[in-house]
Amino acid sequence: MALLELDGVRAGYGMTRVLHGVSLNVGEGEVVALLGANGAGKTTTLRAITAGVKWDGAINFGGRSLHRMSTEDVVRLGIAHVPEGRGILTELTVEENLRLGAYLRRDGHGVAHDYDRVFGHFPILRERRKLSASTLSGGEQQMLALARALMMRPKLLLLDEPSLGLAPLVVRSIFDIIRAINESDRVAVLLVEQNARIALELSSHAYVLEVGRVAVAGESAKLKDQESVRRAYLGY
Amino acid sequence: MQLFLQIVISGMASGAIFASLALALVLIYSAMGVVNFAQGEMAMFATFVAFTLIEHGANYWVAFAATLGLAFVGGVFIQRVVIRPVERAPILTLVIVTLGLATLINGLAGFIFGLSLHLFPSPFSTQTVSVAGAAITYRDLGVMAVSAVVLVLIYALLQRTRIGLAMRAAAHHPEPSRLLGIRVSWMLALGWGLASVAGAASGMMVAPLLVLEPNMMQTVIIYAFAAAVLGGIESPLGAVVGGLIIGVTVNLAGVYIPFVGGDLELAVAFVIIIAVVLLRPHGLFGRSAVRRV
Amino acid sequence: MKYLRQAPPRYLLVILVVVVLVGLPTQIPSFQSGEWAEVLILSIAIMGLNILVGYSGQISLGHGAFMAIGAYTTAILVHNYHVFYLATIPLAGLMTGLVGLLLGIPALRLSALYLALATFALAVVTPSLIKRPEAFTGGVEGILLPPPEPPQFAQDAFAAVTGGPPMDSDQWLYYISLGATLLLFWLAWNILRQRPGRALRAIRDSEAAAAASGINVAGYKILAFGVSAFYAGVAGALFSLLIGFVSPDTFPVSLSFTLLVGAVIGGLASIPGPLVGGIFAFWLPIYSGQWVSTQDWIPAQIATVFKNAGPAVTYGALLILIMIFAPNGLAGLILSAYTRLRSRLRGAGERTTGQLPPDPQTV
Repeated sequence: MALLELDGVRAGYGMTRVLHGVSLNVGEGEVVALLGANGAGKTTTLRAITAGVKWDGAINFGGRSLHRMSTEDVVRLGIAHVPEGRGILTELTVEENLRLGAYLRRDGHGVAHDYDRVFGHFPILRERRKLSASTLSGGEQQMLALARALMMRPKLLLLDEPSLGLAPLVVRSIFDIIRAINESDRVAVLLVEQNARIALELSSHAYVLEVGRVAVAGESAKLKDQESVRRAYLGY
Repeated sequence: MQLFLQIVISGMASGAIFASLALALVLIYSAMGVVNFAQGEMAMFATFVAFTLIEHGANYWVAFAATLGLAFVGGVFIQRVVIRPVERAPILTLVIVTLGLATLINGLAGFIFGLSLHLFPSPFSTQTVSVAGAAITYRDLGVMAVSAVVLVLIYALLQRTRIGLAMRAAAHHPEPSRLLGIRVSWMLALGWGLASVAGAASGMMVAPLLVLEPNMMQTVIIYAFAAAVLGGIESPLGAVVGGLIIGVTVNLAGVYIPFVGGDLELAVAFVIIIAVVLLRPHGLFGRSAVRRV
Repeated sequence: MKYLRQAPPRYLLVILVVVVLVGLPTQIPSFQSGEWAEVLILSIAIMGLNILVGYSGQISLGHGAFMAIGAYTTAILVHNYHVFYLATIPLAGLMTGLVGLLLGIPALRLSALYLALATFALAVVTPSLIKRPEAFTGGVEGILLPPPEPPQFAQDAFAAVTGGPPMDSDQWLYYISLGATLLLFWLAWNILRQRPGRALRAIRDSEAAAAASGINVAGYKILAFGVSAFYAGVAGALFSLLIGFVSPDTFPVSLSFTLLVGAVIGGLASIPGPLVGGIFAFWLPIYSGQWVSTQDWIPAQIATVFKNAGPAVTYGALLILIMIFAPNGLAGLILSAYTRLRSRLRGAGERTTGQLPPDPQTV
């Protein structure tokens, strides 16, 4: 039984249906890529998992159905979602953002230890920690969003386009950190990306969405090599 | 010179009142994101409740504490019942709803407590003490002290505690806050409860200086608003300084400018609001990046 | 005849309403014409408020003050300078509109709650400001205006149509108000369904998006303030002529509230809304308590509160209930009921524009 199971998930906004039956699995400690063109439904899929949009079908996390749960309750099961746009609390300082990452946690020692770890990965956050989060650059905000999600010590990390708007070097370092966390903490990752190449490098499995349905699924290593798939769905 | 000093000092005393109300406005609106046109009316209603308790023999401080408790419950209740249905609506809708709330509460107060004027007691004596050669009453000092305590407590709660942080996050960024596990709806209710407590405290402090009647808070709110705008909407320090300046200015204008009498003092406050908004929208202490007040 | 059958029912309704309004004074006693004149006057002011709140998304609790400016302009021009009263009406509108334009500038910098507070302050302060220049405004005692006599042709025509006494000043003012109402409503309808209307609604829904589309947000918002004040000024001018008297107390803060309540009840961002709002604004204070006590389903204790606490409680409750359950007001309710009825009558098979075809996988 996988950590996260989606089965025939349909979802949409008002009159517009976006997902027409999405099924995918994420195993414990696995990195899974969710790819596809704009509008294919990748963000909506992540939103459905954390109850940001009404959905139908089946979503199970750790064997437990997420049906009718509120966002706050889903998140409390151990899912951290870094949304499109990063969701930085710009009215607050960098430090306050991180503290809120630890909002649900009760283990003071563990939290202090994680602060150090997170500052180790992202030293710039320690430098800027008393400043308003709105003063950070795009790349720094992405780091803050990731750091904050890590403070939640989640079992599953949902990342929506972490590379968006970032310079290639920054993207590389962020993805290296994601890989490091995945390996050291066994945090599962469901990664939505337009940058298919780097996503396929990082992940073990991948799904390609097309107009709200899974068009292609398989091992990332194989998909990377299949030229027809790459040309048709991934644009390179 | 002596007269001038006296006017300034007594201006500062009333300014302290404005300051405390302005501070409440800043905390409640800017920090907690509570949009509530009925803030003043709720304060007035709470004061009437306290008055009724005292009339029925309760000790002042007991009534004070009980009223604060009731105000908290009332604030949470109003948020759950009236505000939550329009939580996701545009701010204009929210303002109109709280406007309706203000009118409703004002009408109810008149109906339940009557329209006659009352004297609200103060636990502090009206004996004067000399400050820099001018006289100020213990009562004025007491008002400043109590208001300061309440507001400092709320400020500390908001800035130094985990739950205060969650409240601020929920107020300004509801959706991302949900993704952090914060129960946004209840945080907003908590915010309203606290705002109601702050209002009740202000009302009970202000009432002995004015006259207790349903329209008591309406003019004071305008002075508090002017103070908040002058100080810079986001700034608690600005609210305090703004309040003192407004108090002194209005008092001086009333004495030294011939045609400014009692009712036109309010016009002075209005002119200050317009002038600040036009000339220096971020006020004295606000962040200069503020595009809108 | 065929044209009539093809015309949208909405136009027929408008024609019907206009006909009824024109004929009204012939059927009712003269003082009631005066009452209906006040209804129309309030409708004009509410239409102005509606342009500001419903279309440009800026709130105002100060429209009573704008009415006061218009009223006093007319009163002063007629009383002190002997200007012909009809000519003062557009002048009063322009004067008030100018003040509105000026106030629109600081209004840009105030967010919703603070704009409400600022316009509230305006409403509170205006009576005091009016009292001061006593020589000019008559101070506390106000200004008395003689009721305008209807011109001879109107008097004769009215007598001929009704077979009764000739038109009196109340009825004459009713017709002036009706004329102003029809003209100003038509003007609003025309402007609002073209680009300015779309621009305003875009601004109301999202200023950032509107600005990104190239709309001059600040300009439109200031203009909305000016136009809105113009309408209120005209209403104020008509009001002073109708009542024959203005004083600082004629325009208390509660008037501004009443106008807003009327706008919300009638329906924000609609053209017929303000007329419905005017009807409510005039009669609600009078009948609110009484109506509630006739409703059996309202518990007795609550009913007594409504009856004795005055219109404030009713206003407040209505504002809250409408914004929660029917944010488009009565006009919106009627319109949506009508649309549902029409689509049901047209048949379920027909697809109305804008709807996607049903998904094969039903949820």
